[in-house]
Amino acid sequence: MPKIHLENLIKRYGDVQVLHGIELEMADNEFTVLVGPSGCGKSTTLRMIAGLEDVTEGEIYVDGNPVSHLEPKDRDLAMVFQDYALYPHMNVAKNMSFALRLQKRPKAEIDAKVRDVAATLGLTDYLLRKPGELSGGQRQRVAMGRALTRDAGIFLFDEPLSNLDAKLRGQMRAELALMSQRVQKNMIYVTHDQIEAMTLADRIVVMHSGYIQQQGTPQELFKRPVNKFVAGFLGMPPMNFLEGTIEDRGGQTFITGDGFDLVLTEERAASAKTAQKRHVTLGVRPSDLTYAPDSAPDQALELNVMVSEYVGAQSVLLCTCGAAKVMVELGSDTPVALGQTLKFAVNPAGIHLFDRESEVAL
Amino acid sequence: MRIARANRLTPYMFMAPAAIIMAIALLYPLGYMVWGSFRAWNPSQSIGEAEFVGLRNYIFLWNDPNFHESLIVTLKFAFFVVSLEMLIGVGLALLLDRNIRGMSVLRTLFILPMMIAPVVVGLMWRYMYHPTVGTFNTTLESWGLPKVDWLGDHALMSIIIADIWQWTPFIFILSLAALQSLPRSALEAAKIDGATGWQQIIHIKLPLMMPVLIVTCLLRLIDAFKVLEVILVMTAGGPGLSTEILALRISRTATEFRELGVAAAMSNYLLILLLFFTVAMFLFTKWQEARARRLAAAIQEDD
Ligand SMILES: Nc1ncnc2c1ncn2[C@@H]1O[C@H](COP(=O)(O)OP(=O)(O)OP(=O)(O)O)[C@@H](O)[C@H]1O
Ligand SMILES: [Mg+2]
Repeated sequence: MPKIHLENLIKRYGDVQVLHGIELEMADNEFTVLVGPSGCGKSTTLRMIAGLEDVTEGEIYVDGNPVSHLEPKDRDLAMVFQDYALYPHMNVAKNMSFALRLQKRPKAEIDAKVRDVAATLGLTDYLLRKPGELSGGQRQRVAMGRALTRDAGIFLFDEPLSNLDAKLRGQMRAELALMSQRVQKNMIYVTHDQIEAMTLADRIVVMHSGYIQQQGTPQELFKRPVNKFVAGFLGMPPMNFLEGTIEDRGGQTFITGDGFDLVLTEERAASAKTAQKRHVTLGVRPSDLTYAPDSAPDQALELNVMVSEYVGAQSVLLCTCGAAKVMVELGSDTPVALGQTLKFAVNPAGIHLFDRESEVAL
Repeated sequence: MRIARANRLTPYMFMAPAAIIMAIALLYPLGYMVWGSFRAWNPSQSIGEAEFVGLRNYIFLWNDPNFHESLIVTLKFAFFVVSLEMLIGVGLALLLDRNIRGMSVLRTLFILPMMIAPVVVGLMWRYMYHPTVGTFNTTLESWGLPKVDWLGDHALMSIIIADIWQWTPFIFILSLAALQSLPRSALEAAKIDGATGWQQIIHIKLPLMMPVLIVTCLLRLIDAFKVLEVILVMTAGGPGLSTEILALRISRTATEFRELGVAAAMSNYLLILLLFFTVAMFLFTKWQEARARRLAAAIQEDD
């Protein structure tokens, strides 16, 4: 039985519908990550699970029991808020121990727990400060700490790392991954950051304007995105899209477009045939493009370098292929001049085809 | 260097005119009053002609049983009025802090008592308290209950009720404003942390409202010590001295007994009392902060 089940969840604010039938199942101890662009309804979904927003239609089941009529305090969950939501009049230790103090746990136990969590989050030196005397990142860690000191059944995180610097975010991410293995609880995690999504998630749920686009393991979503939106959303640098047409020539299937003519694998050719679409969008990730000056023309893209962004061992090149823009990655030691034309081999398995109208993957 | 110094002085320069006017408007009458309180001063005399008597007025008041009586009545009145008003006002605000339709209408209705001129309030309540034709007694009678001698045996209680009616809305409005400006998300966090409605009030809402509540309480306290018109109209301090609060006694000493010096001395006693309350409240908050800091430091040493 799934631990949490969202059944056709709908949310309306007056006439505005912001969630259109969210259908989601989370297994016991699963780490679920909700990703999507700003305003797509991630926080709303989370807040409905928490009981902070009324459910307009549908039902939320936890362990098979409907909970949408329950008060937040009766749902046995801990939450990290997007805007921290710390208690301004309590110091960090008091903030973190509030729930335990309400439960009237023994003082020694509370102290031990707070110290323990504070140590993990690097907050030991700040335990006696009020939230107003902390930086944004420190407050965010306190908000995390407040949730982690509880042993709730379900943990909800609303962009808990968004205000941390890159290094700290990496540390906290690792810390979270460790913790989620250790505590074995259901976690639902909202983020913009796809690296967080990819590294933490057992299951990623991609949302867009109140609809679930796709859900599955990080690998599934990365390898087989169901539509152009999901394909473009996951992966960094993002997938490149080129408009093309399917053509049969000499027993082989090609996709041709402005500045390219690529042969398709049989598998791709077959799926393109069954869909009976001629006008398609070609999607290919930068990681599936490798610099190869001598590759065959029907297996490579000829790219004209416009901008080179140096990011360390790799450079990201923004190039043109015909009228379209294409991003590729290249080892920084390869000499490139702007305006130069380079040949990049396309990994045949890395070719994605999308219907041009519906944007569904073929 | 000189520019930096001029820059530092700028705010004081801008404040100077207001400060001077304040000083004159505030300190001059105050000084006049203190000056007058050391003299045997009759309204027909100018202050210069009045005889200087040192502390005689103060000593006289110190031993005057009527002044004591009046002081006790004032303290009782202020204590009951302020504590009951705070209780009811804050309680109502906590109850009504939600998005009910027509809330803004309700709020306007609530402020109405504050907008009525005090004399009118006094008159209104005097008629309602009237022993035979007043609203209260006719109602009690129609329910078959015994009449109450509102402005006789229970005069102090009656003026306290009238004051509560008039000033609870003030506290209600301020508390409601304070409540509605509380960080919503902190309250949501408290709900998630398992706080019941009552625990949210005790642990989150009241502590966060405290600064506003302290100021409100102080304002009401100061006002309660100076209330005059409503009581003057309702009971004129009677029966006996049972409702003769200090403000009333001061005005009577000045007008009826024609003892301006004594009245001034009485005003100064009242002023000292109010200053005492203000400073006490201020010290109390300071003390609490210091205690919190000491506790924090103590915990730090434990580690
Ligand atoms: N109280 C409200 N009244 C009306 N519309 C609302 C309300 N709260 C949220 N919305 C709308 O619901 C949609 C989803 O909001 P939500 O906060 O869930 O977005 P989100 O996915 O969390 O975005 P972000 O990543 O920026 O936090 C938004 O379009 C927002 O404008
Ligand atoms: Mg959000």
